Amino acid sequence: MTAIAGPPRSIAARLTGSTVGRRRTIVDRVMRGLALAAAIICVIPLGAVLAFVIGNGISALNIDLLTKPPKALGLGGGALNAILGSLQMVPLAALLAVPIGVLGAVYVAEFGNRRSARIIRFSADVLVGVPSIIIGIFVFTFLVLPFKQFNAFAGSVALAVIMVPVIMRTTEESLHIVPNSLREASLALGVPVWRTVFSVVIRTGLSGILTGTMLAFARAMGETAPLLFTALGSRLINVGNFAKPMDALPVFIYVNARQPNELLNQQAWGAAFLLLAIVLIINVAVRARSWGRQIG
Amino acid sequence: MSAVPTPTPPLGPRGLLGGSGSRLPDLVFRGGTGVFAWVVVAILGLLLILLVLNSRQVFGQFGLSFVTGTDWDPVAGMYGALPFIIGTVASSLIAILLAAPIGILTAVFLAELASRRVAVPLTFAIELLAAIPSVVYGLWGVFVLGPVLKATVEAWLVGTLGWLPIFAGPPFGIGLFAAGVILTLMILPTVISISRDVISSVPNHQREAMLALGATRWEMITRAVLPFARSGIVGALILGLGRALGETMAVTMVIGNSQRIPQSIFDPSQTIASQIATTFNEAGVGLQTSALIALGLILLVITMTLNVIARLLVWRVAGPVTEAA
Amino acid sequence: MNILSKRAVGLALAAILAGCSSGGASPTAQGTPGTTPAGSAGPSTPVPPTGDVTLQGAGATFPALLYQVWIEKFSEAYPNVAINYQAIGSGGGIKGITQQTVDFGASDAAMKDTEIAALPAGTKILHIPTALGAVVVIYNIKGKDGNAIKGLKLDAANIAGIFLGTITTWSDPTIAANNPDIAANLPDTAILTVHRADSSGTTNAFTSYLDAVSPDWHTSVGAGKEVKWPVGNGAPGNDGVSGSVKQTDGAVGYVELQYAVVSGLGSAQVKNAAGKFVAGSSAGVTSAANSVLASFPADFRQAPIINAAGDDAYPIASYTYILAYVDQTDATQGQTLVAFLYWALTDGQKEEKAIGYAPLPDSIDQKAIEELHQITTGGSPIWP
Repeated sequence: MTAIAGPPRSIAARLTGSTVGRRRTIVDRVMRGLALAAAIICVIPLGAVLAFVIGNGISALNIDLLTKPPKALGLGGGALNAILGSLQMVPLAALLAVPIGVLGAVYVAEFGNRRSARIIRFSADVLVGVPSIIIGIFVFTFLVLPFKQFNAFAGSVALAVIMVPVIMRTTEESLHIVPNSLREASLALGVPVWRTVFSVVIRTGLSGILTGTMLAFARAMGETAPLLFTALGSRLINVGNFAKPMDALPVFIYVNARQPNELLNQQAWGAAFLLLAIVLIINVAVRARSWGRQIG
Repeated sequence: MSAVPTPTPPLGPRGLLGGSGSRLPDLVFRGGTGVFAWVVVAILGLLLILLVLNSRQVFGQFGLSFVTGTDWDPVAGMYGALPFIIGTVASSLIAILLAAPIGILTAVFLAELASRRVAVPLTFAIELLAAIPSVVYGLWGVFVLGPVLKATVEAWLVGTLGWLPIFAGPPFGIGLFAAGVILTLMILPTVISISRDVISSVPNHQREAMLALGATRWEMITRAVLPFARSGIVGALILGLGRALGETMAVTMVIGNSQRIPQSIFDPSQTIASQIATTFNEAGVGLQTSALIALGLILLVITMTLNVIARLLVWRVAGPVTEAA
Repeated sequence: MNILSKRAVGLALAAILAGCSSGGASPTAQGTPGTTPAGSAGPSTPVPPTGDVTLQGAGATFPALLYQVWIEKFSEAYPNVAINYQAIGSGGGIKGITQQTVDFGASDAAMKDTEIAALPAGTKILHIPTALGAVVVIYNIKGKDGNAIKGLKLDAANIAGIFLGTITTWSDPTIAANNPDIAANLPDTAILTVHRADSSGTTNAFTSYLDAVSPDWHTSVGAGKEVKWPVGNGAPGNDGVSGSVKQTDGAVGYVELQYAVVSGLGSAQVKNAAGKFVAGSSAGVTSAANSVLASFPADFRQAPIINAAGDDAYPIASYTYILAYVDQTDATQGQTLVAFLYWALTDGQKEEKAIGYAPLPDSIDQKAIEELHQITTGGSPIWP
């Protein structure tokens, strides 16, 4: 992050020629060039993915894709089942995950003693790294098998389990940044602790909390594996019935990508475009403010 | 991604409740939030218990030979995890071998060499790479990357190095190598952002000392900054590795789904995660399901261990770091 | 300690949801019980009840394209009925019906004795055949002239060799011997075999064929829904296999005929027991099925029909089944299921030829319709 200028060229250096040998200069230039090249290499795939998804996806976008459920043999039909499914399961997951994540972070940040904070933080960090497919197995055993029913609620729970540790850790960080003086001032005025937390601490750290929540939301939108064993997927439109299977955009993409039917492949690209648009818009919106501050 | 000092609760060790008497609503509040916090611990605990309990059947029957067995044959009732362990490790290894040089160089570029006007949008773009869902990578991998790899990189590698068994053809695009390349793309953002944080936190006096001795920019980086940040960078790589090991959808779509041990990097293969993804919903109740859950347990143990090691390494250099996404 | 665990909350919520169901082993129905009481003097053909009903089915990808068409047409006739069929493979269908996470399962491979023994105690399962299909060998080969190869002929030894990995390129002389007219155009391209990554009735049929025609295959691999493939890539579902073959030059796989049609890939003509090269077709499997009618088992668990006698018979044919419990715990669902199955066995049969499946032979169709009378709910038959 710091850009430090190289050694100043003294008068003596300028008179006697370079202060640094030719070979070292060449190595310096070449390696710096390589570093630039590496950075460009990183960005090329992003461009490629975006280009193909936008290119193929836009041509697949039509009114049918957005408003109709799948049809037999791919003749017409669309992704409405998946769109509605994602728009129901992910918000429900957020509804479950946000209170737990935020309030749990409040506990760790405000009340926890060192040992309990460490244990909780450690658990959250480990949970963040658990492969999402294992979370799918976990929720299958508790919420699908005993009820002998694949259901969308289990899907939301699986997504919530993925979101909770992420929200908890980012919220905790946001709360730590809030200066103690604010807390002390509030308490000195006689405001009870719980009120202090809500009205002062959380309110101050709100943008950071929102950032973490939105990023977790975007991640949950794109998750496929945990839904395969919980919500299963459905070719039918399912609105509001969380006790039954429900489709979702990522599942739709996964199923249609492998079809031999080109019409269905096209629908997969269309759905990928929708999904990517949602995810990237959230990410850009959330991070743009902080980047603006960094540049300007 | 920020580095914050080790957090202690504000206002003393008893936190907001300090030394004053506690009032009932505040006690309830503290208790309530505490419950939510411990829920996370409970979930992790339940997860581990569940995995262990359900793996008992297959470990009971096969013991450690489940881990070393090379045969996965549900029809004959034989279960050996080695092909998937190898597939998982091999694909992730390819990813790390490709991501390490590219990622570290890029992190160096962003942290040391680029001006703010270049670094910020570039960082923005790389973080967007991390936001792309796995299944979209998979879709792109099947229809775009696979054929491109087959025609270019794989053809060239087989042409020049095909006499080595590990590079033996024929290359079909889809396979272990394609999975490794896709994983590289997916873990680059992790490697880069953590490395960049770590590099940024190297104290300036290290840099200044090196420059004062007459080093070029590059020498300053390789001789002062990187050695100082070394353990943190290794931590970043291990975190990236942990990510790669657990990736499911993109890998499932491009790895070829074969249950044999791959001989060449262009062979089809299967990771633990992709094996679970393709067969869990139809796995026979009992031994086969137990075997798949045992696979999951093995994966979890590996990723957990790597995560812990990685965080310790990163903390040593840069302080506690949280990944926001 | 009063841990308000998420799990407890989740279980409570789920219990509330499940409590809205019949509380039994069958998943919930969405509407009022049917107005046509079972056993009453109702119509002579079973119809679904009134009120919204949803059926959940899962299983084989082999008939999935057919079932999608059936479900659409049935829902046009009865708009209050919604059927969700998830094609997750025959193994998944068997597992689903065993664990009762679905209302009906589907599989081309009849349930084995061990699988039947794993059903919940006291339950009995019915195999209801719905269609016949051909397992064809699809290929994607770009010829030396740059055009796609068409009209490939393969015999049993070719197919076994390809899938065993002993035949590795398309220019192999044993393949050329069967294809004199296109032999010059067959390229040196490496053969990539694609097989099923999931548990599959299609695999069962195909490997039964290989098991019967190749002693090498019999000793080293065998037959079944999942086998240890010596070479090749795996892909999930008939759709995945055809998609995978379509995406790779030089690839070959095995799928149900309609997937070949849908993907536009060529399917090989296979040499049958009479020595003739026959393409997969509705007529070919009908001929094969007719030749073994006499030995059709009483419990309907017919193995794949391999190398049937007759000049027109296609050598790899398979019935496909819907699996349903004899005793339906939910009257509404049961009534809907019987109505759907009856429709499938009557009107539905007419749809099959158009999309590459073969209708059931008349005698089997009759027997299957007879089977429907066995389905009961609460002890009394739904369709007496």
